[in-house]
Amino acid sequence: MREITAAQITDAIAQLCVEANTHAGADIVAALEQARAAETEETPRQVLDTLLQNAKIAREDNLPICQDTGMAVVFVELGQEVHITGGALDGAINDGVRRGYREGYLRNSVVRDPVRRDNTNDNTPVVIHYTVVPGDTVTLTVAPKGFGSENMSAVKMLNPSDGLAGLERFVLETVRDAGGNPCPPVVVGVGAGGTFELAALLAKKALLRDVGTVNPDPFWDDVERRLLGAVNSLNIGPGGFGGKTTALAVHISPYATHIAGLPVAVNIGCHVTRHKGVMI
Amino acid sequence: MTTLHTPLTPSDIHLLREGEHVLLSGVVYTARDAAHKRLVELLDAGRPLPFPLEGSALFYAGPCPAPPERVIGSVGPTTSGRMDLYSPRLMREAFHIMIGKGPRSPEVVAAIRQYGCAYLSAIGGAAALTARRVERAEPVAFEELGTEAIFSLTVKDLPLIVTNR
Repeated sequence: MREITAAQITDAIAQLCVEANTHAGADIVAALEQARAAETEETPRQVLDTLLQNAKIAREDNLPICQDTGMAVVFVELGQEVHITGGALDGAINDGVRRGYREGYLRNSVVRDPVRRDNTNDNTPVVIHYTVVPGDTVTLTVAPKGFGSENMSAVKMLNPSDGLAGLERFVLETVRDAGGNPCPPVVVGVGAGGTFELAALLAKKALLRDVGTVNPDPFWDDVERRLLGAVNSLNIGPGGFGGKTTALAVHISPYATHIAGLPVAVNIGCHVTRHKGVMI
Repeated sequence: MTTLHTPLTPSDIHLLREGEHVLLSGVVYTARDAAHKRLVELLDAGRPLPFPLEGSALFYAGPCPAPPERVIGSVGPTTSGRMDLYSPRLMREAFHIMIGKGPRSPEVVAAIRQYGCAYLSAIGGAAALTARRVERAEPVAFEELGTEAIFSLTVKDLPLIVTNR
């Protein structure tokens, strides 16, 4: 067994919270630059220039890229040969978010109860997704999720007969209905298959994939390209002011499902779709 | 480019065209979900609002805390649609403009026309850049709401796009 202390986990999480919120991913910046080159109209060009300049200022001034520094979603890949010592793993992660949000001057956007709505004032509790994997390492990914985009997401239980056409229609409708709300150009995460809750989790995880990477399954790679083309014909454009770039990418994560169903979840990520990870 | 300065008059708005880019300077008041709920509760109770609504600019925003030696943390627009329930009531009360992101409901668009108000869009997500346009920030009301409190922000050349008027 390899020992990793709770304090190591807390340190790593705190640092990832600040980094994810202040440093736009290189893949995102490259995709925004590419989009800027493709736009021909004045307004979408200006919006993309503004977003690129904003990312640069955030990095230079160590300020959050967006004021909505999100609810902290943490993915943990826990090696089965790891023993966490000196405290509970759950507590260590929550401590890390608490510290990262305080030290990084990030916004506290979490309320204790969905209806009674008192702000917890430390951005906890955290949403944590654990998977146990072979090996003796822990991989932590912090994906702060803003709700301008989260609110525009949707799950639908399609019928098998709806097939690929039904899936594509649902994705397109969801992005169309979102309009300018999720701060486009967006990243579209799609979970297809599994069960009701797994489809949503797959859609969220699809947002962690680097923009510009290829789906390993040629069938789904083809669907992603076609859907991206269709989404970018919606003329929602950067900031929702019209233009060719409504999405930077469509990422689809398929999974086996039941003979009677075709669950599809669409999780919309904003123009910066933040996530930073580390392996300990 | 057209420049606007608060406090605004209905004639400032009258000349604006939808889709036009403008730069706004002066004082704007932040107010988002929780603050809107409270403002409308005050009006319904016949009590005064904590700031002069007439001629003002409401900015649908909840800023990040200010790091040391900074006026404000990152700040930018939130989704305006969530304020749709409250906006017609506020427009009926006094002339003002609204700043946010995303579309408004048909009811709000109709109220904007009826009361001669305006809705302007800021660029969602450009919050570090917007922080640089804020020269002063002071809490005004509902401080217990944290980031959802009402702050008065003195802004210089806030870039906006006229969306409904």
